[in-house]
Amino acid sequence: MPLLKLTDVRARYGQVAAVHGISLTVDDGEIVSLLGANGAGKTTTLRAISGMVATEGSLAFDGKPLPRKAEGTARRGITHVPEGRGILGELTVWENLKMGAYLRRDRKAVASDLDEVTSELPWLRARRDQQAGTLSGGEQQMLALARARLARPRLLLLDEPSLGLAPIIVEQFFALVRRLNEEQGLTVLVVEQNANAALELSSRAYLLEVGRVALEGASADLREHEGVRKSYLGY
Amino acid sequence: MAQFVQQVVAGLGDGAIYASLALALVLIYRATHVINFAQGEMGMVSTYIAYALIAHHGWSYWPAFVFTLGVSFLGGFAIHETVIRPLHRAGELTVVMATIALLVILNGLVSWIWQPDEKILLSPLAGGTWSIGSVAIPQQSVYDLIVVLVCVTLLWLLFRYTKLGLALRASAVDPSASRLLGVRVPWMLSIGWGFAAILSAVAGMLAASAQFIFTPGFMQVTIIYAFAAAILGGLESPVGAVVGGLTLGVTINLLGTYFPGQISPDMRLPVALALLLLVLVFRPAGLLGRTVVRRV
Repeated sequence: MPLLKLTDVRARYGQVAAVHGISLTVDDGEIVSLLGANGAGKTTTLRAISGMVATEGSLAFDGKPLPRKAEGTARRGITHVPEGRGILGELTVWENLKMGAYLRRDRKAVASDLDEVTSELPWLRARRDQQAGTLSGGEQQMLALARARLARPRLLLLDEPSLGLAPIIVEQFFALVRRLNEEQGLTVLVVEQNANAALELSSRAYLLEVGRVALEGASADLREHEGVRKSYLGY
Repeated sequence: MAQFVQQVVAGLGDGAIYASLALALVLIYRATHVINFAQGEMGMVSTYIAYALIAHHGWSYWPAFVFTLGVSFLGGFAIHETVIRPLHRAGELTVVMATIALLVILNGLVSWIWQPDEKILLSPLAGGTWSIGSVAIPQQSVYDLIVVLVCVTLLWLLFRYTKLGLALRASAVDPSASRLLGVRVPWMLSIGWGFAAILSAVAGMLAASAQFIFTPGFMQVTIIYAFAAAILGGLESPVGAVVGGLTLGVTINLLGTYFPGQISPDMRLPVALALLLLVLVFRPAGLLGRTVVRRV
């Protein structure tokens, strides 16, 4: 049974439909990417999953229907790093990290997770009292990922993590996501315009066009697909 | 010199009341992004509750004071849940109109329940003075200052060092990011309204005692001082609200003392508002207003 299963999901903003019936699955331990041009419905699909936008159709997590409020999906183990990273800019780096563990009651395990995360990224500890809004874009993205890890998510949703970042930072970020997936079995659904990086990271991918799934398959196969190459990979 | 010290202490006492109410305005502004015009009347209702407990039910002052704070919290919470939260999709102007409606309704309600005649709610220290040499320190002013500083400090500790406080701040800063982290944001905003109601209750009960008698309209001047104090400090700054309130209280008292011909008691409010306009013209963000740093 897949961890996440969307069946014919539709979503609209007021009168404007953004997603016209998407079906997709994500298995436990997988990295899946959602590709597509601007306006294809990638971000809306993530917002539909995490309960940020009203939906029709069926969304199942662990075989049970997903709550339709963001507070509820967070409680089921879905952590959504939204467009713009969702950093609480006026709070400190440390307060942002603590907010990642907001729903957890196991204080000792949270403390050891904090240790683990900050030993990998020592600057988080060195700059713990800095206002998070003053971090660079790349630092904010790393903080967003560190904060998401503190929630111990069963499914991590990443929206355009590469947006506005230098290629070297993107590489580091994706390397960290891959390592967390391999070592800790972190399950990820990632939305990307940078199709090259996303296909390299993920094992499977869905290509969205105007709110529908146009193509799906193993990432390796999609990279060889002529239409994908021409339209999205640029060679 | 003696007169100067006396007037500074008296000013700090008045200023503490403005500060408490101004801080309530700032809490709500940060959470809901509107000025709550009913904030003074919320404090007025709290004051009448304390009055009723003492005058009609035989409570002594302190238990009534503390109990009223608890009731006020629930009242503020309930107002957000029943009046403000249902309007969250409406514009900010709609919410402002709702708070103005609330102001009138609360005032009418109190006049109806308790009659609009003059009432008395005196703290145990009202009217007394401490003499230090030739200086007569009004006890009520010292008491006002201490009570407000204790409340403000407790609130600051809660916001700064507890998980609830962190979630309250996060909800005010970025509601949608907070929801994604699992915070029940509307609930948090209601709690914020509850704390604001506590602060306005403190302001109301202290003001009632400081002016000896009160009627249902007694907070309507105080709220204007509180607006001035909040704007003086920068509407988004809690520290600014407290500093603004104290500064305003001391300034008005000293001006009234040293320019008695020009600044009679009737002239104090216009002078406070003139100060307010000056601040708005020269420092629109207030004396301690924050410039928000953002990188995209």
